[in-house]
Amino acid sequence: MSSSISLGERLSQQGVSRRTFVKFCATTASLLALPQTAVPQMVAALSAARRPSVIWLPFQECTGCTEAILRSHAPTLESLIFDSISLDYQHTIMAAAGDQAERSRHDAMRDNKGQYLLLVDGSVPLGNKGYSTISGQSNVDMLIESAKDAAAIVAIGTCASFGGIPKANPNPTGAVPVSSIITDKPIINVSGCPPLPIAITAVLVHYLTFNRLPALDELKRPLAFFGSTIHDRCYRRPFFEQRKFAKSFDDEGAKKGWCLFELGCKGPETYNACATVKWNQGTSFPIESGHPCLGCSEPDFWDHGSFYQSLFPWERYKAKPGAGKGGPNH
Amino acid sequence: MTLDTDIIFTTEQQKTTGNVLPLLHEIRHALDTLVDEKIPTIIDLRRIPLSADDEEKLEAFLGTGEVRAEISALGPTVLQETQYSGVWIETHYNEHDEVMGKFITIATVPHILLAQGSDIEAGLTRLTHNLNTPLPSTGSSPDDPVEQR
Repeated sequence: MSSSISLGERLSQQGVSRRTFVKFCATTASLLALPQTAVPQMVAALSAARRPSVIWLPFQECTGCTEAILRSHAPTLESLIFDSISLDYQHTIMAAAGDQAERSRHDAMRDNKGQYLLLVDGSVPLGNKGYSTISGQSNVDMLIESAKDAAAIVAIGTCASFGGIPKANPNPTGAVPVSSIITDKPIINVSGCPPLPIAITAVLVHYLTFNRLPALDELKRPLAFFGSTIHDRCYRRPFFEQRKFAKSFDDEGAKKGWCLFELGCKGPETYNACATVKWNQGTSFPIESGHPCLGCSEPDFWDHGSFYQSLFPWERYKAKPGAGKGGPNH
Repeated sequence: MTLDTDIIFTTEQQKTTGNVLPLLHEIRHALDTLVDEKIPTIIDLRRIPLSADDEEKLEAFLGTGEVRAEISALGPTVLQETQYSGVWIETHYNEHDEVMGKFITIATVPHILLAQGSDIEAGLTRLTHNLNTPLPSTGSSPDDPVEQR
């Protein structure tokens, strides 16, 4: 349940100093591409924010999104913030089950009407309501019921954002993303398979600070994380410009860390922040591990031909207006 | 050849982005503003494409000044004054020593180094309470004479 004490008070009770909080806000503002002049406002707003109620609905998903968030970077500043929300429902991880769990969801919806955040991971099957149910309720019915009084909806991962793998051809369950069903609420898509955990925390922090969602791209993704392509920020980009491409996974080019474009890298058309935020405590990201980007944060990435076939001839890319400033669509 | 040498990439690194010199001019401009208008500036290095070589060149040019401070707040934060007084390199790490943010701060003192108001108030409350509470082990106060041994 949302609490009467503020987030600042709660963190203080946990022994988090104001200076620590300032540090968190400075680094989060940086991630959100906000100017550092916004930090005092963020500190003040977050300190005063009441613990928000969050209802998290996992639908047709593999639990990878949940794993990515819950196993990331703990215990750190962002996990402290995440611990400071009131997660009133998430049936994958909550102790309660069945009627007891559903009662908790209904209580949270009633007590926080119009104020709770709804998080969704997984796509929603429309082909047959029986394909995916929770306590006997179909995913689509539960989504419509839970979204009715939500303040905003965060679609976590590519399945909830764009349908993801369940929607891949031939889409046997008739999977659709959240935005195909809910059209009258603010929706933010934090896509990725899985999404970057810090992107989710940062979206929550932005919402708590400014009481609105951050700036979004045309696919409703937060621009701070999806404003540039993997290619834009890739450390192998100079090799692309020099036409130094690995031709196979074990040739000299691959060993020298040359560009993976001709091995099918989808970095030029994939908007995400993996190249800068990285994974596994900042260790690396797929390209750094020697594998082309699969483009997992883009709609229908599973159906875009072979993962190992290059997007387009290099010459065609160089002929595009704006080439060199980003992906070919820039 | 060992397994390790088979799988480790010997990546050719990009040498420079050409962003170091413009960045240094931006720092000079910010320092000028600090001198004339007393307005601090924070430059977020995450927002500027820099290669590893670039960062080394930048830090080498800025050099090391008289002050180095470390804050321990859920991971270290290191504040290193450069040889140009008022120009600081501020690096925030998490508990895994992962860099969470890196800034060039142009200020008399970086804000995060200052004691924060609510922390001072909490400290005052704690200090007052502790002064009014006998030491748990002996029941004595800090001013009681220490016996000669």
